[in-house]
Amino acid sequence: MSSNSESLGHLPIDAMSTAAGEATKTDTHGHSHDAHGGHGEHHEEQNFFLKYFWSTDHKIIGMQYLFTGMLMALVGGFTVYVFRMQIAFPGISVPGWGRVTPANYDGLITTHGSVMIFWVAMPVLIAALGNYLIPLMIGCDDMVFPRLNRLSYQIFAISILVLGASFLVKGGAFGGAWTSYPPLSAKAEYNLTPQGAPLWLLAVALEFVAFLLGGINFVTTVMNSRAPGMKMFDVPMVVWMIVIASILFMASVGPLVAGAVMLLFDQTVGTHFFDPNKGGDPILWQHLFWFFGHPEVYVVLLPATGIVAEIITVFSRKKLFAYKTVLYTAVGTGVLSFFVWAHHQFIAGIDPRMANIFSLTTLLISIPVAEMMFVFIATLYGGSIRLTVPMLWALAFIGEFLIGGVTGIFLGASGADIYFHDTYFVIAHFHYTFFPIAFISVFAAVTYWFPKMFGKMMNETFGKLHFWGTIIPFNFIFIPLFLLGVRGDHRRIFDYSRFPDLMKPGMPELRVLATLSLVTLLAFQAIFLLNFFYSLFKGKKADRNPWLANTLEWQTPSPPPHGNFPEGLPTVYRGPYEYSHPDRAQDYWPQNEKAAS
Amino acid sequence: MSETTSTSKTYPLGLSEHGFQYVKIWGLLLGLLVVSVVGPMIGIRWLTLVTAFGIAFVKAFIVATRFMHINLERKFVTYMVAGMLAFMLVMVAGISPDVLKHEGHHWVNKAANDAVDRGEKEGAAHAGEHEGAAEKPEAPAAEHH
Amino acid sequence: MIRPIATTREATGIPTGRLAVWWVIASEIVIFGGLLGSYLMHRLGHPEWAYQSVHTNTAAGAFNTFVLLTSSLFAVLAHDAAEHKDGKKAAKYLMITCLGGLTFLCVKGAEWTHEIREGFTLTSNTFWSFYYTAAGLHGIHVIAGMIIMLFVAADAAKGKELQRVENIGIYWHFVDLVWIFLFPLLYIAK
Ligand code: HEM
Ligand SMILES: [Cu+2]
Repeated sequence: MSSNSESLGHLPIDAMSTAAGEATKTDTHGHSHDAHGGHGEHHEEQNFFLKYFWSTDHKIIGMQYLFTGMLMALVGGFTVYVFRMQIAFPGISVPGWGRVTPANYDGLITTHGSVMIFWVAMPVLIAALGNYLIPLMIGCDDMVFPRLNRLSYQIFAISILVLGASFLVKGGAFGGAWTSYPPLSAKAEYNLTPQGAPLWLLAVALEFVAFLLGGINFVTTVMNSRAPGMKMFDVPMVVWMIVIASILFMASVGPLVAGAVMLLFDQTVGTHFFDPNKGGDPILWQHLFWFFGHPEVYVVLLPATGIVAEIITVFSRKKLFAYKTVLYTAVGTGVLSFFVWAHHQFIAGIDPRMANIFSLTTLLISIPVAEMMFVFIATLYGGSIRLTVPMLWALAFIGEFLIGGVTGIFLGASGADIYFHDTYFVIAHFHYTFFPIAFISVFAAVTYWFPKMFGKMMNETFGKLHFWGTIIPFNFIFIPLFLLGVRGDHRRIFDYSRFPDLMKPGMPELRVLATLSLVTLLAFQAIFLLNFFYSLFKGKKADRNPWLANTLEWQTPSPPPHGNFPEGLPTVYRGPYEYSHPDRAQDYWPQNEKAAS
Repeated sequence: MSETTSTSKTYPLGLSEHGFQYVKIWGLLLGLLVVSVVGPMIGIRWLTLVTAFGIAFVKAFIVATRFMHINLERKFVTYMVAGMLAFMLVMVAGISPDVLKHEGHHWVNKAANDAVDRGEKEGAAHAGEHEGAAEKPEAPAAEHH
Repeated sequence: MIRPIATTREATGIPTGRLAVWWVIASEIVIFGGLLGSYLMHRLGHPEWAYQSVHTNTAAGAFNTFVLLTSSLFAVLAHDAAEHKDGKKAAKYLMITCLGGLTFLCVKGAEWTHEIREGFTLTSNTFWSFYYTAAGLHGIHVIAGMIIMLFVAADAAKGKELQRVENIGIYWHFVDLVWIFLFPLLYIAK
């Protein structure tokens, strides 16, 4: 973020004039060290630090998460660049890093996986968008616990510092993969990172705490603080999805928190929870991890589908097809996601009878997911589609995610998985799901809500260039990885040139192709950053509702002032997707617009 | 939560009507506590299970309803708590075949079985040293033998 | 600081603070559930742990159950007082609840000291690892509850934020509930 407080100065800071109508209570502590003490732009000396780092305004906190997430995406991108270079060109001195040692390699891969999931996908999809959008979309002035919200971000920031610190300690950063299986992760004599391993665990645990606090805040806010008139089925889909995701997270992460404490004790004080030689059981960790890990993929998937639902309705000017079905499907998927976790452990030595059950449930869960994609396609059908940049991203999400979902079914069949597990097929599968989730849908969201967040329009030409420059290389990275996986190419190998079986004609070439495509993809992200910051400062001014959308966040100034709705908090009269209503001249119908009658 | 219906009746210790109810419930809980401690002393296995764990559930139910007032709360709170508990059941059901059991379809967890044997031997030897605590206490998992 | 309007809304019919406490409890259920579930599975798979569990002190465990149940009584009496708008009395009862928590911790401390002297430490055997981890995690919740309770009591004594008396009470009962299960799991099942 720039330190130029002037150009950001028109951001949400405005008098707290919105209290009109509903009673406000004063907090017991009369003093206010709140960042936006209601002084508007006149107070030039309004401390930059207080304004942007000590704020309790949900919009500022959302942006803190967004910018932090973007920063961490750069970290995740850099790490993958380094280890992919090593994979394609073993032993090369990687520009910007140097020679990659085996320990570097493990640390980089672990960091890449952990960062992308815990410090990019989660904070951006749930924390950033949830914070920014929930109060605006349900028509209230803030989260119900603003200070808890600030605390959540602060804990999150500390978790990053802890993770960063793990690079500096003796032995370097943890290299036991994002799944952190013991005994590798539990014993320093195996992982050789006596301090990196516990620090990694601590960082992840802190991140969980941050998201638990945030999640409780989100859920309580949506349950209690909706605008008058907003009934259950008037809540925009993305809000629903974030709420369901927060609950899923809350319900699944508990056992892993317990497991993390056990693992931390194994690492640091020498207990034997996961040590088979001393009566412990390493499989237990795998179970606890994936009992969280699989619901976690839906924790990030659901908000992404919510974003897509918002965007495709706006840009096809159609009502969301089967709102209630989507909602029930999401809940059903969430519940079902607690029944599939052991499909990650088919070759771990679990009982084959259980493997059968988990195969079955995994095949089952692909039904609701597929259904959701069909619903989106049905929404598009017959609409007047506008291919704006956010719409392109949303459409790409549907197409690319389908590939990920379909390949998941191969892996869910335990017989096939015995071959595919630990090959690049798995890597390709989950990147075809995760990349659409963590990047494609996020680009859709950022380009869609940018005018609201910053009051400026983004540049379309650059946006499209960035879109194609991302989508095309993306497929050129992961289709080769599918092909490699089918040929049995193992994952987690430092130097392929030492494995003649993995160097058969064509295999090294595919690896090089994937790596070069990755470099291309990364290079194109510069266009996004350029567009982002250029538009932020120099972009065309956006009015309230540039996309002619229905949901409440578009019915207030861009960017919204502190308190969100300067004209008074809205009342809701209809659902969020009343586009092209037959009785209306305009093809949209804001949720808070009174019927003419 | 519950509205106070102020009656003119007075209760001991300056307690309110509700307060007096709470004290009675507390007495009930203490009674249950005594049962749950005494029951297992008799040494019948099923009685131990019933008194120790059955009563824990009863106590939990009483605390949840009479102290936390979960039954007066909106229904959804009960569903939420029940849902979380159900997820835990699913978890245990999915993990037990691999962790609780030390053998299954075409597999044996030799390390775990060894740990059991080792522990049995050491325990028996140790119990022999201190006479008095000599008798092997009853294991709740006799099904394994 | 001004409290947002959002906080004062109540679409579910449950005040925001209390609703949040229920969600906290939901997330705690799965944390303890994961730990106790793991313990239970190991315990049933390892009959030899019976040689270890004989050494836990049932009397101390029972006494601590009594202490926590009693502290719960005072928590709910505090809630009753708060409902009668008697902040002073509520604060007094909350302090007694805290005292219960303190007693609990002291007994635990004495128990652990004794056991560690006997050679039963966190690392001596997986039974003991679970024993210390589960009771320790619970103990942390007791401490956290006490700290929050002191703040709530301080406010309540001045007649402020009386609704928080009930909220912290609900949390405290939950901590009590966890112990109700820990007690048979760690002490009675010999
Ligand atoms: C219909 C949908 C899906 C099915 C049927 C499915 C199935 C599977 C299966 C069976 C595996 C285990 C492969 C193995 O390790 O051998 C797997 C791995 C994985 N899946 Fe999916 N999946 C689906 C959707 C998703 C989604 C939406 C995500 C992410 C958001 C995802 C993320 C992952 C990840 C991260 C792994 C790799 C775990 C690892 O080994 O590190 N999957 N998937
Ligand atoms: Cu999975």
